Amino acid sequence: MTYLDKDLTTIHEALVNKEVNPKELADEARSKIAKTNGKLNAFNLVIDNEEYKESDSILCGIPYALKDNLSTKGIKTTACSDTLKDYVPVFNATAYEKLCDSGALLIGKTNLDELAMGGTGTTGNTGIVHNPWNISHMAGGSSAGSASSVAAGIVPYAIGSDTGDSIRKPAAFCGVVGFKPSYGLISRYGLFAFASSLDHVGVFTRNVKDAAIIVDHIKGYDKKDMTSIRDMDDVSLVNGLDGNIKGKKLFYIDEICNKDNYDNPKTKEMLDNFDSLLEKAKDLGFEVYKESVDIKLLNAIKPIYDCISCAEATSNNSNLTGIPFGPRGNGENVMDMMKDARTKGFSPLIKRRFVIGSFILQKENQEKYFLNAKRVRRLLVEIFNKLFEKYDGLILPCSSAGAPSLEQASDKITRNDIILENHLAIGNFGGYPSITIPCGFIDKMPIGVNITGKFKGDANVLNMAYALENTLEFKNQTAKGEF
Amino acid sequence: MAYHVIVGLEMHCEMKSKTKVFSPATNAYTPSANTNVNEIDLGFPGILPTLNMECVKKAIMAARILNCEIPKKMMFDRKNYYYPDLPKGYQITQNTMPVGVHGNIDVECNGSIINVSIQDIHLEEDSAALDHLDTMSLIDYNRAGVPLLECVTDPCITSADAAVAFLDTMCKIYQYTDISDADTKKGQIRCDVNVNLQDDNGNYITPKVEIKNINSFANVKNAIIYEYERQSKAYEEGKMDELIQETRRFDEETGTTVHMRSKVDAIDYKYFVEPNIPPFIIDDEFVKEIASQIPMLALERKQMYTDKFGLDELSAIVIVKEKSLADYFENCVKIGIDAKIAANWLNGSIISFLNKEEISISDFYLKPEFLKQIVDSLNEGTISSKQAKEIFNKSLEERKEPKEFISSDNKQISDEKYIEEVIDNILANNEDNIAAYQNGKTNVFDFFVGQVMKETKGKANPNITKELLHKKIDKS
Repeated sequence: MTYLDKDLTTIHEALVNKEVNPKELADEARSKIAKTNGKLNAFNLVIDNEEYKESDSILCGIPYALKDNLSTKGIKTTACSDTLKDYVPVFNATAYEKLCDSGALLIGKTNLDELAMGGTGTTGNTGIVHNPWNISHMAGGSSAGSASSVAAGIVPYAIGSDTGDSIRKPAAFCGVVGFKPSYGLISRYGLFAFASSLDHVGVFTRNVKDAAIIVDHIKGYDKKDMTSIRDMDDVSLVNGLDGNIKGKKLFYIDEICNKDNYDNPKTKEMLDNFDSLLEKAKDLGFEVYKESVDIKLLNAIKPIYDCISCAEATSNNSNLTGIPFGPRGNGENVMDMMKDARTKGFSPLIKRRFVIGSFILQKENQEKYFLNAKRVRRLLVEIFNKLFEKYDGLILPCSSAGAPSLEQASDKITRNDIILENHLAIGNFGGYPSITIPCGFIDKMPIGVNITGKFKGDANVLNMAYALENTLEFKNQTAKGEF
Repeated sequence: MAYHVIVGLEMHCEMKSKTKVFSPATNAYTPSANTNVNEIDLGFPGILPTLNMECVKKAIMAARILNCEIPKKMMFDRKNYYYPDLPKGYQITQNTMPVGVHGNIDVECNGSIINVSIQDIHLEEDSAALDHLDTMSLIDYNRAGVPLLECVTDPCITSADAAVAFLDTMCKIYQYTDISDADTKKGQIRCDVNVNLQDDNGNYITPKVEIKNINSFANVKNAIIYEYERQSKAYEEGKMDELIQETRRFDEETGTTVHMRSKVDAIDYKYFVEPNIPPFIIDDEFVKEIASQIPMLALERKQMYTDKFGLDELSAIVIVKEKSLADYFENCVKIGIDAKIAANWLNGSIISFLNKEEISISDFYLKPEFLKQIVDSLNEGTISSKQAKEIFNKSLEERKEPKEFISSDNKQISDEKYIEEVIDNILANNEDNIAAYQNGKTNVFDFFVGQVMKETKGKANPNITKELLHKKIDKS
C-alpha cells in the first residue's frame, strides 16, 4: 500500500485513522527516491529525519519536496549552481517557514535549471532531470525536479518557482497540475531572485483542490516582501471550489490557436485536443469566445521576457562574488578574485544571460532595449487587463507539443511556434493567477492546458480549472513510464 | 580676465534610525564588527528590502527644509557595480525620482548670508566599511545598509569658506531635526567635492575635478584651496594639458590631491528602478504633517537670541552650535531665568564643565530648574557669587539639588542682630586689638572680619559684618 501517490485529503485521512504514520510516509518517500533518483534525478538532497511540527493542518506529517532555490535554514540550498554548491542558508524562505508551521514534512530538495534560468531541466550542476512518463524526454524547467517528483508519485505536492513558465510548462510536460498564483500572493522572501518583477512561488500537485490547499497554507501578506498582497489573507481558495462555472466566460487567442499558422503535425494534434477541450468546456456551461490580439505584440512576448529577465537577473545575481559567501576565487586583487569566482561558478548559459542583461542595462542601450521592453510589457498587460474585465479567463494550450525528447532539448528556440511556446509569460508580465492542468496525451507524452485570469482572481481561476478537471480523466494521475 | 573657484558638493550623511534603511538590523554605532547585521545586509540569496518609513519621513523633512520640490511618488533605483564593500552587487538609491529636487538654503558665512542652490537630496543605503591592513582587508558589515542622505548642491559655491559654512549649516540642520548626529568624528559625514575655475562671465575655464570621499571639514577646505591653486597655476602658465576631467582623492599627509581615474574610465552604474520596492504615492497631508514637526533651526534661533533676548552675537553663536544647548537655554528663559544670565552660565561654567567631563548637555545634572535655584538665591542676595560657584560645583559633585546647599549650611546669615551679638563677643575679648586698630593698624580690621567668619563658619553676610564692625570700632 502506498500513500504518497494519493491526494492530500486521502493521505490526511489515513494519518488521522492511524492507518499510517508520518515516519512511514517519510520512509515511503525516501524509498521511492532511492529507487527512482538514478533515472529521474529529481532530487539533489534527501532529508534523513522526519521532524515536523505538530499542528491540526491537513498538511501535518505529509512529506513534500521543495525546489532547491528556496532558502532553508541549516539545509543546503544550491540552486543547482556551482557558485552555491556548499551554501547553507541562515534563514528560511517565508513559504517554507509557513509549511514548517503547518507541520508539513520536507523530504528533499529538487533539481532545477541552474539558478532557475532555463526551461529544460537539463542545465543544473547535478545533471539532467528526466520525465517520469518517458525518461528519454525532458521534464521541462526550470522546476524540473518538483514536476518530475509529483508526476512520479514520490510526493503529493512540491513547491516550485515560475518566472516565465517554470511551473506551468514542466507541469504540462509531466502531466500534473501547476499553479502560479497572483504576483505577491505568496511571499518571495527567501526565493533566490531570478527576475524580481516576474518571479513567483507556486505549487505542483496532481489535482486542483490540492493546489488550492497548499496555496492557502503558504499565501499571505509578508512584511518582508513589499510586493506581497495585503488584502487576500482572508480569502480561502479551497472554499471557493464549488465547481459552479455556469456562464463563466473563457477566451482564447486566434493568433495562437489557429491551425493554419502551424505545419508541425504534433502541433495540429495539440490544437485538435484543444478544440475538443473547448467543446467539453462549453458542455459544462462555460461560454467560450475567440479574441484577437495584435500578432506584433504576441511576437514581442519572448524578446521582452528575455530583455527584462536577463537585465534583472544580472543585477540580482551580482551578490555571487565569493566574498560574503560562496567559494572564494583566486586573484592578485579583490576584483580579480570576484572575476575568478564568477568565471568558475557559472555555466556558459548563465554567463550568456548575464552578458545580455548587462548589455541591455548599459546607459547607451537601456532606452532601446530595457525601457522599451518594459513599455511593451505594460502595453500587453493593459490589453490583457481589459480582456479580463470582459472575460473570466484565458484558455490556451501550454506548448506546441508534449515534452521534447532529450536529444532535441535546447534552450535556443528556433522553431516557428515561438508564440505558442512562450505565451505563458503573459501571466508573469501581469502577475496573473495561472494554472496548468493535464488534458491529454500526444505520443504517450502528457500535454496540458492553461487557464489564466485577472490579478487577484485566484479563486475564480482555480474554480474554473477545478470544474474542467472534473470532466477530464487525468485528475490524480501518476506517470506510467519506467523509472 | 579675473576668475574664481567654483565648487559643487555631494554631502553624504548617515542618518539616525532604530533600524537600517532596508533591513531590521539595528542602526547604531558599535565597536564590535559584524554584530548589527542580518541576511539582508549581507546580500544573501533570496533577501528582499523592506523600506524603513522612519527614514522616509526624515528624508522628506530634510527635503522640506532645503525648500525642495517633493515628487508625488516615492521610488528607488539600483546602482549596479562590483566592489567588496557592496554585498548585493548593487546599492539601492534614488536616481529617477529623488525625494527632493531644486531646493535652496541660506547659509551664514563670515557674517553674511549666501544662498546655496540644491540640485537634489536622496535616500540610499551605505556600503560596508573596509579596513585595509598590510596583508589583508577586513570587512565590517555593520555599516552596510545604514541609511544615508545624499545632498547634492549645484556648482554655485565660490569659496572654501562658503563650502565649509554650507556643510556646517547642513550638519546643524540634521542635528536640530534629529535626522542625524552628523558627527564627523564618527565618519557620519563624507563629502565629494567638485572643483573648477570660472571666469567672471560665468564660463568654466578649467575642467571639473571631483575629489572623492573627504571626511572632515578641514580637509574639504584644504582640498578646495589646493585644487584652486593647482588649477590656477596651470591655467596661468598655459599648461592646460595638465588639467583633465578626472576623479582625484585628497591626501591628508601631503595636503594635496592625487589622480584616481579620468572621465573615460567612468563607471556605468546601469541604474534601473528597484523592482522590490513598489513606488508609492506621497500625499500632501503626509508631507504637511512632517513639515509641522520641523523645529526652529539654528540660524533662526540665533537671530531670535540677539534680537529678542539681547544676547551678543558671539554668545548666540556658541549656544546654537548644538540644539541641546539651545534647548537648554530656551528652557532656562522659559522658567524665568534672565536670558543674559542664563547665557553667561551656559557659556561659562556649564560649557567648561561639559568640556572637562566630556559629556553632553543632555547628561548634565543641573537641569534649568536647578540652575534657577542658584540664580534666584544670588539675585536675592542670600548667596554670594563665590558661593554660587561653590554650590554649582557641589551640586554636580554630589548630584543633589542646589537648594539643599542653600537652605542648610550654605545659607548666608543676614540676621543683623545675630551678627552683632557675635561681633560684641569678639570685641569683648580683644581690647588690645581694638586699640591697635584705632591707633592706625588698619589691617587689624580684616582680623575681626576673619573672626566673625570663623565663628559663623563663613556664613555671615560679609557686607553686613563689615558695616557693623565699622560702626562699632571706627572712631567717631
